[in-house]
Amino acid sequence: MDRMATCFAACKAQGRAALITFVTAGDPTVAATPAILDALVAGGTDIIELGMPFTDPMADGPAIELANLRSLGSGTKTAHIFTIAADFRARHPDTPLVLMGYANPMLVRGSDWFADQCKAAGVDGVICVDVPPEEDADLGPALRDAGIHLVRLATPTTDAKRLPAVLEGASGFLYHVSVAGITGKQQAAQANIELAVQKLKAATDLPIAVGFGVRTPEQAAAIGRVADGVVVGSAIVDLVGSHGDAAAPFVQQFVASLSGALTANSRETAA
Amino acid sequence: MTDTISLPNSLRSQPDASGHFGQFGGRYVAETLMPLILELEKVYRAAKDDPAFEEEYDYLLKQYVGRPNPLYYAARLTEALREGAPAGKGAKIYLKREELNHTGAHKINNCIGQALLARRMGKKKVIAETGAGQHGVATATVAALFGMECKIFMGAKDVERQKPNVFRMKLLGAEVIPVTSGSATLKDSMNDALRHWVSNVHDTFYIIGTAAGPHPYPELVRDFQSIIGKEIKTQMMEAEGRLPDMLIAPVGGGSNAIGMFHPFLDDTEVAMIGVEAAGEGLAGKHAASLAGGASGILHGNRTYLLQDEDGQITEAHSISAGLDYPGIGPEHSWLHEIGRVQYMPITDDEALASFQKLSALEGIIPALESAHAIAAAEQVAPTMDADKIIVVNLSGRGDKDIFTVADALGVEM
Repeated sequence: MDRMATCFAACKAQGRAALITFVTAGDPTVAATPAILDALVAGGTDIIELGMPFTDPMADGPAIELANLRSLGSGTKTAHIFTIAADFRARHPDTPLVLMGYANPMLVRGSDWFADQCKAAGVDGVICVDVPPEEDADLGPALRDAGIHLVRLATPTTDAKRLPAVLEGASGFLYHVSVAGITGKQQAAQANIELAVQKLKAATDLPIAVGFGVRTPEQAAAIGRVADGVVVGSAIVDLVGSHGDAAAPFVQQFVASLSGALTANSRETAA
Repeated sequence: MTDTISLPNSLRSQPDASGHFGQFGGRYVAETLMPLILELEKVYRAAKDDPAFEEEYDYLLKQYVGRPNPLYYAARLTEALREGAPAGKGAKIYLKREELNHTGAHKINNCIGQALLARRMGKKKVIAETGAGQHGVATATVAALFGMECKIFMGAKDVERQKPNVFRMKLLGAEVIPVTSGSATLKDSMNDALRHWVSNVHDTFYIIGTAAGPHPYPELVRDFQSIIGKEIKTQMMEAEGRLPDMLIAPVGGGSNAIGMFHPFLDDTEVAMIGVEAAGEGLAGKHAASLAGGASGILHGNRTYLLQDEDGQITEAHSISAGLDYPGIGPEHSWLHEIGRVQYMPITDDEALASFQKLSALEGIIPALESAHAIAAAEQVAPTMDADKIIVVNLSGRGDKDIFTVADALGVEM
C-alpha cells in the first residue's frame, strides 16, 4: 500500500475519519511554511493539502485568496513549493502530501515536468481545481505514469449521470465539495452531507473526504461520523493570516482541537 | 444563425465537439460549473435549431438595437491618408458603425442573445463582469428589457473612474458590486463573477461579455456577434459589388473582431488584422496577449495569456479599459497560430492620436478600443493600392472615454 492508502486504512482501524488540513505554500513566506506544516502534523493532521498559490484563484473565497496573494507577494515561486514539499517529506516520511491548485501554474511547463517534480519531491497526490474530466487528457495520465494520485472533486451539482466520468481515473480519495460555492463561505446542512456521502460510497470504493465550509471541531466531528476524511482549510488559513510568521503554535492548537473531536468519535463508537 | 454548421475544410467549423479551436479553448472550470455549462451547450444547440429563437433575436436587433447599422465610407479620412501616401496608394476606408447601436457599442448584440438563452433556461437572475462599464451597461439594459435581476461585478478602481456608467447601470436597475480582490481590475471582476456564479448556479445565468471563457461561450458569443460580418458582406456588395480586401478590428477578448471576421474566414481574398493594445509599448506595460504572451489556462479556456514563467498572470495595461485584459478569446489564438489573421500591436499614444484624428476628420468620436483599429488602418492604408478597400470596425462610441482622453492630453475639464 502507498502512503495515502496506508493512512486511510490506519484511521479506519482506529474507527475515525482522517483529518486533512490545508495551508497555502509560502503563506506568509516560504521560510515560515515548514514550521506551519510541522504544526499541522503535531496537531494531529493525517493528510496535508498544500496549496499552490495562483494570482487568480477563482474557486476560492476571500480567506484562501488572500493567502494566495500574501504568498505571491512575498515572492513564492513554483521551485520553492517543491523544495518545501521535498523537505517536508524528509522530515515526515509517512504523512501523505497533496498539492492543490489551479491548472496554469501546474501545466505551464508541461504535465510531464509537473508530474516528475511531484514524484521527486515525494508528493502523493494532486488536486487541480479547474481541470475537469473533460480536459484531463494531459494531467491525469502524466500523474498516473509517475505514480501520483489524481484526486477528483465531486460537488452537489455532480449528478448520478455524471459521477462515473468523475470517478474514472480518480484515485487516492474522492473529495466531496459539500456546497456549490467557493471555499470557506457557506456550510452544508449535515443531512445533505450524509445523503451525498451515502450516494458516493455506493458508487466507489475510494475513501470519501468532505470539505468546504468546515470550520469547527463540532462540524468536523459530525462529518467524521459519516465520511472517511474531513478537510479543513480556510479556518486554518485565517489563523496564518492573523498571526503571520508566528502562526505555528496557534495552528497546532486549533488542529489539535479538530483532531481531538475526530478521535472522540472513535471512543463513542467503541463505547 | 444556421450558417455555422460543420463545413468540411472550412475555417468556420470550429470549435470541435469538445469546444476546442485547435489546442485552444476547452472547458477548464471547477466541477461545480461543469453540469451547468454542459446544459448551456444543449440549450444553445436547441435554440440554434429553433426558428422562433432566431426570429425573436432578429426582431430585437432590428427594433430595439437599431440594426442594421450603416457601413460608412470615410471619405475625408481616406483622402487625408492618401495625401501622405505614394502616388496611387491609399486604400478606401469604410467604417462599420457599431457605435450607433443602442447603448453605443457592439456589446448589446451578444447580451440580447444570451438573455434569450437565460430565459430559455428559466434563469431569472443575470450577472456580468465589466471593465469600463460598456458590457455592464449592455447587460443591465437587457436585464431591464427582460425583467431580470442583474448584478454587475466591476473593479473598485473602475467604479471610481467610470462614475457615469456606474450611474447608468443603477438607473437601469442593476446592482453594481465593486470588486476589491486581487488587482481590482477586469480579470478580478471576472474572478468574482465566477465565484458568485458557482455559488448561485441554480438560478443565475452568467452573461460573459467577450468571446472567451469555457465552451460554449466563445462559440455562442461569436455567433451572436457574427451579425457584424454578415451585414458587412451584404452592405459591401451593395456599395462596391465585391468583398473588401481587408478587415480591421480591435481585440481585447475579441468579440467584435471575431464577429466581424468569422463570416469571412473562408473568403481567402479577404485579409484580416486584429489590433492588440500595446499600451506603453511591448517592452513596457501592455495588454497584447498574442505579441507578448504565451499559451496558458485562465477563466475556463486555454488561450494566449500574459503570464510569468511560473504561470502567474501578470497585469495588463491599456489606456482603453475594454482592452485591459491579460488574455484573448481562444479562437483568436487559433487564428493567430494558423496565420489566417494577422495581429498588430498599437500603443496608447497611437490610439490617442487616432481618437482625435477621427473626431476631427469625420465627426465621429470613436471608443478608445476602436481608435486602436483606426490607428492600424492609418498605418496600413497608405501601403495599399488606392483601389483596395478596408473595413474598420468602429466597435463603440467614445463618449465614455472623454475624461480619460482629456486626462491623457493634460486638459482640465
